[in-house]
Amino acid sequence: MKLQRVAAVARKEFIHVFRDPRSLGMGIAIPMLLLFLFGYALTLDVDRVPLMVWDQSATPESRDFISRFAGSRYFTLAGRVGTYREIEIAIDRRDVLMALVIPTDFARKLRTGAQAPVQLILDGSDSNTATIALGYAEAATSAWSRDVILEQSRRFGPVPAAGIVDVRPRVWFNTDMVSRNYIFPGLIAVIMMVIAALLTSLTVAREWETGTMEQLITTPLRGAELIAGKLIPYFAIGILDLVLSVLVGDFFFDIPLRGSLWLLFAMSLIFLTCALAFGLLISIVTKNQRLASQIAMVTTMLPAFLLSGFIFPIENMPPPIQAVTHIITARYFVTILRDIYLKGVGLGVLAPEAAFLAVFGVVVLALAVKKFRKKVE
Amino acid sequence: MSDLAVTLRDLEKRFGDFVAVNRVSLDVKRGEIFGFLGPNGAGKSTTIRMLCGILQPTAGSGTVAGFDIVRQPEEIKKNIGYMSQKFSLYEDLTVEENIDFYSGIYRIPDAKKKDRKEWVIRMAGLTEHRASKTAILSGGWKQRLALGCAVLHEPPIIFLDEPTSGVDPISRRNFWDLIYHLAGGGVTVFVTTHYMDEAEYCDRLALIYRGELIALGTPAELKTRFMEEEIVEVRCSRPQDAMEIIEAIPGIGHAALFGRTLHVVAQRADESIPAIRESLAAGGFTVDGIERIVPSLEDVFVSLIEARDRETTPQQEFSR
Amino acid sequence: MDAITTDNLTKRFGNLTAVDGLTLSVAPGELFGLVGSDGAGKTTTMRMLTGIMDPTEGSARVMGRHTVREAEPLKEEIGYMSQRFGLYPDLTVLENLHFYADIYGLPRRGRDEKIGLLLSFSNLTPFGKRLAGNLSGGMKQKLGLACALIHTPKVLFLDEPTNGVDPVSRRDFWRILYQLLREGVTVFVATAYLDEADRCNRVGLIHRGKLLACDTPDNLRGLMDGTILEVRTPDPRRAALLLRERLEGESVGIFGDRLHVVTRDAEETGRAIKAIMEGAGVTVQSIRPVEPSLEDVLVSVLSGEATR
Repeated sequence: MKLQRVAAVARKEFIHVFRDPRSLGMGIAIPMLLLFLFGYALTLDVDRVPLMVWDQSATPESRDFISRFAGSRYFTLAGRVGTYREIEIAIDRRDVLMALVIPTDFARKLRTGAQAPVQLILDGSDSNTATIALGYAEAATSAWSRDVILEQSRRFGPVPAAGIVDVRPRVWFNTDMVSRNYIFPGLIAVIMMVIAALLTSLTVAREWETGTMEQLITTPLRGAELIAGKLIPYFAIGILDLVLSVLVGDFFFDIPLRGSLWLLFAMSLIFLTCALAFGLLISIVTKNQRLASQIAMVTTMLPAFLLSGFIFPIENMPPPIQAVTHIITARYFVTILRDIYLKGVGLGVLAPEAAFLAVFGVVVLALAVKKFRKKVE
Repeated sequence: MSDLAVTLRDLEKRFGDFVAVNRVSLDVKRGEIFGFLGPNGAGKSTTIRMLCGILQPTAGSGTVAGFDIVRQPEEIKKNIGYMSQKFSLYEDLTVEENIDFYSGIYRIPDAKKKDRKEWVIRMAGLTEHRASKTAILSGGWKQRLALGCAVLHEPPIIFLDEPTSGVDPISRRNFWDLIYHLAGGGVTVFVTTHYMDEAEYCDRLALIYRGELIALGTPAELKTRFMEEEIVEVRCSRPQDAMEIIEAIPGIGHAALFGRTLHVVAQRADESIPAIRESLAAGGFTVDGIERIVPSLEDVFVSLIEARDRETTPQQEFSR
Repeated sequence: MDAITTDNLTKRFGNLTAVDGLTLSVAPGELFGLVGSDGAGKTTTMRMLTGIMDPTEGSARVMGRHTVREAEPLKEEIGYMSQRFGLYPDLTVLENLHFYADIYGLPRRGRDEKIGLLLSFSNLTPFGKRLAGNLSGGMKQKLGLACALIHTPKVLFLDEPTNGVDPVSRRDFWRILYQLLREGVTVFVATAYLDEADRCNRVGLIHRGKLLACDTPDNLRGLMDGTILEVRTPDPRRAALLLRERLEGESVGIFGDRLHVVTRDAEETGRAIKAIMEGAGVTVQSIRPVEPSLEDVLVSVLSGEATR
């Protein structure tokens, strides 16, 4: 491999990128756009669930219970009703997501120390949101019950301390339970995967289409030199995207970075190699820009979004699909970035993921070099 | 309809800053074979597209078959035939299927369909191949079939955009016979080409260079009126080496090889001929003949292009 | 040693035989023209000779190097200009030249001189900073040639280098080729222009993948079946119709203001032409035998091929 030739190819690729506003836009503007779009829009927190109440009890106890919901930032009281029909209409119209029905005997049962059931009606059509809302409702209810029990024991004499199981969950790492903190590192991974593969998937195919490749393959330029030279500028763009993403995370979204910045970059370099080499491989095999970008989209964008654990937890997937996720590079990088961002872990923990990515990168690169033939078909 | 098939007045097309066609004016008479010559990128295809009503001019006006190229593009499309260098045939259709397809496009009445189809097949010499897939036909056949499809609806004017590029010489000759045949029947033929020898086959010619019309006339007029210098043909041994010696003689512009003979551009042929003879004899060349000849169209065009370049961009591309 | 030798070089794509048993040799310093129409097999031959396409059968050597087994060392010694403009339109003239200088590993020392020389050679000196995409067709071709010459190759392959280029640039281009020949470079050029073929030392006529003839232009003229009579008349189209009708067994072609009649017996046919035309009231300006052009030869050879 001659450095002079690698440098010549790299220099030429840089010129292509800088003289073509579209590729610059695709390499830098689009990732930033995605970052902001998803950063703002894609949050798994459900804020201010509209709640409808049918208070059949109409007692101080029921009002206190309702105030627990109304006073929380997770719920807003959308109205009070007196029939199931009204609830049905409100849910159908999507005016509310949830309805709380307090039966007439609510206060009486409480006062006698019996269990006091309440009914919660949820719009289950968006099960994800419904589950989250239900979680909030359960939390609010159990907190209220605890207070009631404490109050009663204070009033009616001691209750055996062991009798009350006081669950006090403590959330580690993402203490505020802000889902954006969880999503953002994954988002960086997905964006880098998609952009890197898309950009490189065009470069070799373009040269075949315009006819410049026919000229190149009659020169002593080697496949490995061409590939190395073509990777360099896109590496630079990838790193630039990463720096911008980290800055955006820090300044706009207040995403805390607990781990080492250097480790983050080192891991990103390994991942970028995988993604860029993968794009190049597609380009080399297809020799056709349109086909290459379609394949790159399908093989990077979809798995990165759906199978990387970026949005949908891998543990919840059926086993065959879980098995498939093991070959999705984005999965490992999503894990790595989250661990560095949220847990601040070191290389010791990330070694398996890093090793997988490194091996994958080397294999794909080797395949790209092997598949690049200096021949016209 | 007047006896002018095409009229252009100050036709202009700009793409941003770039002037692709710069104020071109010309007339083409009915039944004429009109050659539109120029190198690639000179503005030939842009002009043809404006004439066919598929590209809006930036300025100027024109008519084709009596219809305005800006206001009546659809009328024009009904009255012209167009054949591009890409031969817009469907490779996976048979010869007959291609003809049927174009019959449908041009809405040829059922009563005439069969006659026209037979006419095209006969004209293109495809009787034996009428049921073959177009893909297997040679370039010459495809070209004749494409021409046939372009004139299925018997248009009074046909536009041919580089119809013979890359076709073998026999097919080229056959193709020109077809064009003569069509012109003989009163069809106006507007043909672009960059083959100088083909230009000779046209009734009248326009030379377009960098978007501008730089000459217009019959081949004979171009050879006599537009040429300032005279051409001396030299047949001698080692013509490539002789070129340099001849070009060093005062009063001589330059020499160019035509096949194995040299065409020498001279201010005055009668003075240059003895000088050339002397110099070549001194250089040990055997001379088979030196005579003043009527310039070829290529000589004329080179002379015109060089004159134009001297005018517009001194010291530039072709300076030596 | 020959610069190029091929032995039964054959390339098939599925059922189609693009190049069929090509055997030829080109001497060092020779200007060899491969002439044929589109699809005759010129580009496929070029690609096989430059080591970027493997033959189905047969073999070829360029500068003694086997085009398949020694394709990479071969590429150090050749320059190639493909039919399509193979340079980067978004790079300037100089950037393109420097890129190829790097690819061929040209040392820094002397590089600027070499590039300066190539630029002046091709009249591109004032355009060094212009984007290659903004050059005219003729200038693009000359830049392509300059890039192919940057490493001073021993053999130069040119695939239809002057197709669609204006006549002035075409002349410039050929001037550069003659200059190269003087420097001892072997030039292998594919062309569809028969007048260009006439300027080559030797010409191979290729048709449907087969080499029909391969010789000097002069000897090729010997293949011409019969002689050519040039008939000048003010009304060539009418004359052609007339002669085609009355003149049996002879081929009549229109060449602008002249007719070419191919005949075996020039004197007899000449008299017949004069009689026919004058009888119909068409003026005869002159009738004389002319040397056949290579196009005439090719037509004659192809017609022979077709009837066989």
